[in-house]
Amino acid sequence: MATASASTRGQTVQIYNCRVLRDGQIFDDDYLWMRDGRLLNPQHCFWTERCEPDERINAHGLLVTPGLIDVQINGAFGVDFSADFEAMRAGGVTRAAQGLLRQGCTAFCPTLVSSAPEVYRQALCYLGPREGNLQNGAAILGTHLEGPFIAHEKKGAHDPQVLQSSVTGVADLEAIYGPIQAGGTGNIVTVAPELPGMLDCMKALAERGVVVSLGHTTARIAIAEQAIRHGARFVTHLFNAMGEFHHRDPAIMGLLGSVDLPRPYYGLIADGFHAHPCAVRIAYSAHPKGVVLVTDAMAALGLPQGTYTLGDMRVEMTEDAVYVAGTHTLAGSAISLAECVRRFRKFTNCSVVEAIEAATLHPAKLLGIEAQKGTLQHGADADLCFFDEQLRVQRVFIHGEPVDHIES
Amino acid sequence: MRLIIRDDTEQVAEYMASYIRARINQFAPTADRPFVMGLPTGSSPVPVYRKLVEYHRAGTLSFKHVVTFNMDEYVGLPRDHPESYHSFMWHHLFRHVDIPPSQVNILDGNAKDLNQECQAYEEKIKAAGGIEFFLGGIGPDGHIAFNEPGSSLASRTRPKTLAYETILANARFFGGDISKVPKLALTVGVGTVMDAREVAVIITGQHKAIALAKCIEEGVNHMWTVSAIQTHPSAVVVCDEDATAELHVKTVKYFKSIEKVHEELVGKENMDLQGRVHGSIRRGGYEE
Repeated sequence: MATASASTRGQTVQIYNCRVLRDGQIFDDDYLWMRDGRLLNPQHCFWTERCEPDERINAHGLLVTPGLIDVQINGAFGVDFSADFEAMRAGGVTRAAQGLLRQGCTAFCPTLVSSAPEVYRQALCYLGPREGNLQNGAAILGTHLEGPFIAHEKKGAHDPQVLQSSVTGVADLEAIYGPIQAGGTGNIVTVAPELPGMLDCMKALAERGVVVSLGHTTARIAIAEQAIRHGARFVTHLFNAMGEFHHRDPAIMGLLGSVDLPRPYYGLIADGFHAHPCAVRIAYSAHPKGVVLVTDAMAALGLPQGTYTLGDMRVEMTEDAVYVAGTHTLAGSAISLAECVRRFRKFTNCSVVEAIEAATLHPAKLLGIEAQKGTLQHGADADLCFFDEQLRVQRVFIHGEPVDHIES
Repeated sequence: MRLIIRDDTEQVAEYMASYIRARINQFAPTADRPFVMGLPTGSSPVPVYRKLVEYHRAGTLSFKHVVTFNMDEYVGLPRDHPESYHSFMWHHLFRHVDIPPSQVNILDGNAKDLNQECQAYEEKIKAAGGIEFFLGGIGPDGHIAFNEPGSSLASRTRPKTLAYETILANARFFGGDISKVPKLALTVGVGTVMDAREVAVIITGQHKAIALAKCIEEGVNHMWTVSAIQTHPSAVVVCDEDATAELHVKTVKYFKSIEKVHEELVGKENMDLQGRVHGSIRRGGYEE
């Protein structure tokens, strides 16, 4: 599709003939106004500034939503964030971020699997937070550190050699990761709360504004509830790498049914493999406002089928799932976040609004950035996705600029 | 005064909107000689605005050289409040059409000096050359703009206290909380509306049937302020069948027959848009 000319500074751009997802509703025959990468209050332009749009873009009736946000993604377009330092030095992060952009993902948290300190020291140089724009690709919202403070029994595809079995304080984490900072390194930290010393450590992390997530854990419900009391706000890929649901002790899944405690947001890999569609629907039904769709994608996302590297591991990519080579252990997925949205909608029969919000508003709220991202409120970043009736991505804007070569 | 009766609200809107389009296009406005319109808010004009937007999108109507003056606005309500008349006009008309924002006028209900705001509004209308065409709706009590019953028929733009009934009726838009409902509004006066060179009023629904009857069958009366149109040289009321429920059968038949005579006997080619007969009849029923 032909794209509009890049808007220049101070230019007011109006998108017309669109359906707009705003305030949890879809408004037909609506408009979006933007300038300098931000959404405008059109009434302010009209009544106060008395200004008219410099450029008008026809959305041809498509549904316009905030750009998608992925808070768990290990790599993409041939770049493994935990391993490919050479590629990252040569602009690999930007290549991945631009690829994600073409799929409708306008912001993401690069995710590092359990690694040795040396890996963090090298990888994090390339993964610092940065604005999304045509040059950078999708925005980087700080990193998601998944492990190594996780349970050995639930290591999944993580390297057992580097796992840590206890902790005395945040200093232990920083000895591995380097300095942790909300919004930057360790925007999200996935830990197993049952590790000795972890509960207190979680509290300290939460007080710094870090999103503490429960994952790769054997915790049963009692510890899970303790974790919530100690500031945990997220669950990493619900159902995967955690103790199983039992009606007398529902483990981590039980948190979705909490009455007295705040219920956490929970990541879901809605590819239909990491969790059965029925399990996806049960989770959604239990806590529809908490679901955060994630790809948990590895480097093969955006590449053809074949064998690739995840950390130090060989993995095999089939049509839409990735396994540790020669085994049936899932090692991450390789479907786009937009595809997750479509499958989530199919599995749960939820509304279009709910499906989109699970990959926009909910992750933005999880990260506390819902005034800027995951919303089309006035003043928010002009990061937009245009969807057709089948929820295929037709156009993408980042910082108010149209993105070329969309992969629907 | 003409009374045009149509089957339902949809047809009323169709008639009114196509009439407005014909008036604007016939006027052939330019930057130096814009078409100056008075505009209402409320439920009855909504379908008319929808049609006007349709015409604009179809390319048969432009607002490039149209200047608008709205009738009224609440006092003290933030401009962006969903119930403000700024928001109403933005939502239903202005955001959809090509009107330059500099040509749109609405009273500022948050002005520091409300009286001065009203006086300046009158002067602005005068400076624009007066209003060519004023579109209005009415309330069930026959009020036009916020000229509630008892308003002077010679009134000009001014702050006005809302009738208690109006405040109660508006409470539903403010979470049912009467304390949040504006009690004052700025409104053009009956005299301001009547100064327009043409006045058109839409009246739809059975709940406005009594008002319609009072306004056109009885005398000019400040308790039914729209009745002032009886003295206007170029006025049209467009209503639906429901709104005629309280009219005399004779009244309905009379106005329907006039339309028929105009169309079938005199011939449209001998009439102007406002229903006036041309000076010289070229041909028509009389000659055949």
